[in-house]
Amino acid sequence: MIEIRIHGRGGQGAVIASKILASALFKEDKFVQSFPTFGVERRGAPVAAFIRIDEEQILVRSQIYKPDDVIVLDPTLIDAVDVTQGLKSGGWILINTTRAPKEFDKLSEFRVATVDASGIAAKHGLGSKAHPIVNTAILGAFARITGYVKLESILEAITEEVPFARKANVEASKEAFRSVKTESDVVLKSESES
Amino acid sequence: MKKVMMGNHAVSYGARLSRVDVIAAYPITPQTQIVEELSELCADGKLDAKFIKVESEHSAMASCMGASAAGGRAFTATSSQGLALMHELLHFSSGGRLPIVMANVNRALGPGWNIWTEQTDSLAQRDTGWLQFYCENNQEVLDTVIMSYKIAEQLSLPVMLVLDAFILSHTYEIVDIPEQEAIDGYLPPYKPEIKMDVDNPHAFGALVTPDHYYEIRYKLQETMDRAPEVARKAGEEYGKLVGRPYDIVEPYMLDDADVVIVAAGTLVSNSRAVINEYREKGIKVGLLKLRMFRPFPTKRVRELLAGKKKIAVIDRNISFGATGIFYQELKAALYGQNNGAGSPDIFGFIIGLGGRDVTLEDIAEIVDYTLEKEKNEEDIIWMGLKR
Repeated sequence: MIEIRIHGRGGQGAVIASKILASALFKEDKFVQSFPTFGVERRGAPVAAFIRIDEEQILVRSQIYKPDDVIVLDPTLIDAVDVTQGLKSGGWILINTTRAPKEFDKLSEFRVATVDASGIAAKHGLGSKAHPIVNTAILGAFARITGYVKLESILEAITEEVPFARKANVEASKEAFRSVKTESDVVLKSESES
Repeated sequence: MKKVMMGNHAVSYGARLSRVDVIAAYPITPQTQIVEELSELCADGKLDAKFIKVESEHSAMASCMGASAAGGRAFTATSSQGLALMHELLHFSSGGRLPIVMANVNRALGPGWNIWTEQTDSLAQRDTGWLQFYCENNQEVLDTVIMSYKIAEQLSLPVMLVLDAFILSHTYEIVDIPEQEAIDGYLPPYKPEIKMDVDNPHAFGALVTPDHYYEIRYKLQETMDRAPEVARKAGEEYGKLVGRPYDIVEPYMLDDADVVIVAAGTLVSNSRAVINEYREKGIKVGLLKLRMFRPFPTKRVRELLAGKKKIAVIDRNISFGATGIFYQELKAALYGQNNGAGSPDIFGFIIGLGGRDVTLEDIAEIVDYTLEKEKNEEDIIWMGLKR
């Protein structure tokens, strides 16, 4: 079983991202379970969403304490919350930032990847410049680095799950897929692009 | 068609497939998305039902009662304080023999104010004459809405289906949505023998003197006694239709089990995962899932647990001054049958009140405790209590 945690701020679309990722994996015949932080959400406050992926029916229904990988939608969260809490050694941590992976030297226990999802989202007119909606872009990058799911499935899921600006969301996701940066010694599992 | 869907929307789609005529509901976390989705389906013309916005849960149930008495298929959903506010009319709707279906999202009662899962809200309504079913996953949630109407309308009694707050209500997983045509064959339009009809008037809710009231109560109980068999058949027939059969209680790895977990709701799902782990190690742990709680499936429980030595009941609820509620009910079913010497030891665990997370390790601890102890020593075994 693979367990993933997405960190974001209320209103950034972490929950929708978890649902799109779950739907994309479902298209590849995986069993999936996704859920938000149980409780009340406030715009701007740190939130999290979770995904479980397995080859068989998922029975466990507790919280996720030891994620295999983590996605961080907002770079300011790196200092605000412990985004690596419970993260398995060697797990991916994908951060929405303009900085390069090697700049996150305190995260050396993990595989760091970065992508300027905010810049990409703004370029494609998703949200506003101050509050870009980055959830679809970052999933393209996540598909690339982990190889868990094909970009095509992510794009298909975006088309189904996002109610507006479908084309812009799809293009943003593709661009993030192309431009995600990893540390030089990490070989990306998929160089193909649709 | 399979879809990744949250538990709340599984309820909404179940109601839609049941072709409900009237929906009356008041929003409350964590149930709100159920009626939000239904109101959208009505507004979009995808569901031909009257959506009545009301000012309270009491009014929601009152509206459902009126609709049901007039011959309509009525639906509502609520949770926690909302269900508590409805309490008076829960008695009224069952006494009125109205086959209303309600989804209750299990949420703790305040204060302390809490929106997370706990079973006490629905279990506290156990004496109201409503049937109750507890669901383990989102698929079962959708299917149970449909089966609930099948059962309710045969018995002329209301049915409550129950799902855990957040763990199901807000969790997305794969749900197979049956074809409308198949459900139409399973659940024909509701045609009551007696209804409010200006062309054929009857008196409803009239004064009943002691001469007759006693017998009316007897008849309600007599109908409850028939409910397990009606529900079993409804689940069997549903299984033939969509390939997913349901029973009122469901055993898992029970036959040779040295320790049997008895649970309801998503605790069942976690328990299955733990049982699989123990079985791989050769430790014989089994499960009895309580789907139906009211009427209590006493006969089946006695049959399935006959000869068992140790039972661990997991309650995410409490009856203050007594014990966990499933624990009480199970003891009541198994004891007093003049089988004292052969009766199992029953261990009552209380866990996860107010939505405290229940992990697989917690369930394993319950199993280990039950395996190790020779005899049950206390009525409540508190799990994870910070003392």
